[in-house]
Amino acid sequence: MMSMSSNMINSALAASETVIDATGKDQYGRPIDYKIVNNEIRRAVSEGVKNITLTGVMGQRYIATAVDKKINISINGTPGNNLGAFMDGPFIEVFGNAQDMTGNTMSSGEIIVHGNAWDVTGLSMRGGKIFVKGNTGTRVGIHMKEFGQMSPHIVIGGRAGDYLGEYMAGGVILVLGENIPKQISPVGLSIGSGIHGGRIFIRGKVNANQLGVGAKLETVNDDDLKLINELIKEYESWFGSSSSEGDFVKVVPFSSRPFRGHFDSTPI
Amino acid sequence: MNSDMWKVPDRFRPVISSLCITCKKCIKECSYDVLEFNNGAIHAKHGCVACQRCVEMCPQDAIEIQRVPETMAPHGTYTERHRRAILSQANSGGVLLSSCGTDIPYNSIFDDLLLDAAQVTNPAIDPLRETVETKTYLGSRNGSLRLSSEGSFAVKPGCGIMMDMPVMLGHVSLGAVSYNTQKALFMAARRLNILAGTGEGGLHRDFREFAPHLNSEVASGRFGVNPDFLKDVASIEIKIGQGAKPGHGGHLPGEKVSDLISETRMIPLGTDALSPYPHHDIYSIEDLEQLIATLKEAVNYEHPVGVKIAAVHNIAAIASGAVRAGADFITLDGFRGGTGSTPRIIRDHAGIPIEAAVAVVDKRLTEEGLRNRVTLCAGGSIRSSADMIKMIALGADVVGVCTAALIAMGCRLCQSCHLGKCSWGIATQKPDLVSRMDPELGATRVVRLLSAWNEELKEILGAMGIDSVESLVGNRDRLRYIGPNPRIADIMGIKHAGEGWG
Ligand code: SF4
Ligand code: SF4
Repeated sequence: MMSMSSNMINSALAASETVIDATGKDQYGRPIDYKIVNNEIRRAVSEGVKNITLTGVMGQRYIATAVDKKINISINGTPGNNLGAFMDGPFIEVFGNAQDMTGNTMSSGEIIVHGNAWDVTGLSMRGGKIFVKGNTGTRVGIHMKEFGQMSPHIVIGGRAGDYLGEYMAGGVILVLGENIPKQISPVGLSIGSGIHGGRIFIRGKVNANQLGVGAKLETVNDDDLKLINELIKEYESWFGSSSSEGDFVKVVPFSSRPFRGHFDSTPI
Repeated sequence: MNSDMWKVPDRFRPVISSLCITCKKCIKECSYDVLEFNNGAIHAKHGCVACQRCVEMCPQDAIEIQRVPETMAPHGTYTERHRRAILSQANSGGVLLSSCGTDIPYNSIFDDLLLDAAQVTNPAIDPLRETVETKTYLGSRNGSLRLSSEGSFAVKPGCGIMMDMPVMLGHVSLGAVSYNTQKALFMAARRLNILAGTGEGGLHRDFREFAPHLNSEVASGRFGVNPDFLKDVASIEIKIGQGAKPGHGGHLPGEKVSDLISETRMIPLGTDALSPYPHHDIYSIEDLEQLIATLKEAVNYEHPVGVKIAAVHNIAAIASGAVRAGADFITLDGFRGGTGSTPRIIRDHAGIPIEAAVAVVDKRLTEEGLRNRVTLCAGGSIRSSADMIKMIALGADVVGVCTAALIAMGCRLCQSCHLGKCSWGIATQKPDLVSRMDPELGATRVVRLLSAWNEELKEILGAMGIDSVESLVGNRDRLRYIGPNPRIADIMGIKHAGEGWG
């Protein structure tokens, strides 16, 4: 799995390195407390360390929360919920699966997951990128939003569950549907429910009845294809070549003001 | 008017007296375009909301706003209010919107409570001569003391925030109110050395200087929330619910998403700013625990992290869960609390009174041995220092004040905030209206109001023979009930007037 750790950012910044070993058990036989692991990360960041490698990670939550430096963090094992929450800058590479709420409200930086990333990945993300080699769960990319130059991107190699891009207000979600049989949709129901900004691209079968409230299908244009190809290239740079073929479906909002007309402001 | 849209009659009408010199100032001041000049006189058109701007600004005192007498045939069940709503919804097919707190005159429990005073057996204190302490902490003030293996003590200070009075200015977002209004509130908080809520939507970069006096809000939309914002502010509040709209998300219509708002919330110009109804990372107390832990990690445990919940039926159990989930403070918001925009159906009919909520939460947390872990804040319809003092005696450490502060700054409670045309420059983003709010004047008026309330608090504490507001917190034995419903007094743990201390 250790395919792409020698990426460009890593080699450019390989000035100071530290390894934090999370292997081991506390007195009750549980994995080491997240507070200890995160404290070590905070200490390393404050000391100016540019490359942090975590080994033996076993479900510790909140790793790299709100780190706002452009540093590299490689994680070996399975980080717990809220990996990289509120982060603004770091490059995180996970050699394993990530759990729920990866990249929660992140502002910038990148998270590369060489496995699956589960529910609510990229919640309220406002910038940066998340690449997942495998599958994701429900409500992925919910309420992503963009502003000015900041636009969040999520690329999922496999499939995504229900409510993909719910409440989406900006950014891009790309689902590649790798290794999913052609007759099966790589996404669930209620795609883009409440969407009022951004674009969702799905390679593979999508029926109109899978769309959520306020979402519609649109034809993929040249600009879209250019972006898709760039993202696939980036995906391949992390995970090797992508195998599947097939056309992309594009899901967009009906309007950036979906609930206009829903209310009556007359003084009573 | 289309034939399928029928008239909903006006409720208010400006009446211009013979003192009018037709200077036309009122025409400029009325942001609802009600007044016009023709045939040598000022005339009123349709649409007056009784904001009183023209009245205040008329140099001749020539304008009076009158309630339009009920023109519909009177009916005890189908009141005019009900019929207006029916007519309007039959026109629009829409969900009725309003703002401010509910205007339905529900019985106030505050008004059914009386405070105790000291006589003979417990001497009163004169607050003008002796110290009566009103300092209060948000979050834990007690740190921990640890003995290291070498025998030295390590002191870890608590992360609590000290405030000079037990008051917090409630959350009003930039968006709900104007730049100048938020600035005035923040200035007032700094001068009073208390905290002000940022509301949902982040913090405008000009307001960073106020950060040490700000209680930030992490709401379901996560607008403007980034590491800088979290690390700068004094405290962080996860907003689960708001008293005026429990169970409802936020919806800032695209018209209000100006350059300023778009930059602060970090969303594109002119799009609707929608806050999901729940936080989609919180479906349980265990999930809440995770967001609290994430935020504490984000700020390295240096700031208190709290949870704001609307006062709803099961409030005591929910509050208990939030404390167990690690909240340093809990903010309860009563069903009469204010808002810049909310569906009427929720504002007027969902939740429970803050008086009952605070009492049952304080009781429950005390019974469960959790009360000392948490600061209890409560707000929603605090109209006077009397309400504030009773709220503290009911169980709150800190009282949230919001609408009263806005009234001090000019708000006339016309309940038109959701129209975005506030003639007082408060609930609007229109530059010409915003400039009507002078932040300096607004701040001064809020400081005056709250300083007066704090003096009144000291008076009452002195009269009770209490020398520190902390001794009043949850001291329900110093309250007596005189209302029509002794059952609510029982639930709140308050004796009836006439019952002694024993
Ligand atoms: S809306 Fe306000 S300013 Fe206009 S006429 Fe009525 S009270 Fe006067
Ligand atoms: S803030 Fe303005 S619009 Fe809202 S109630 Fe007060 S005066 Fe009316």
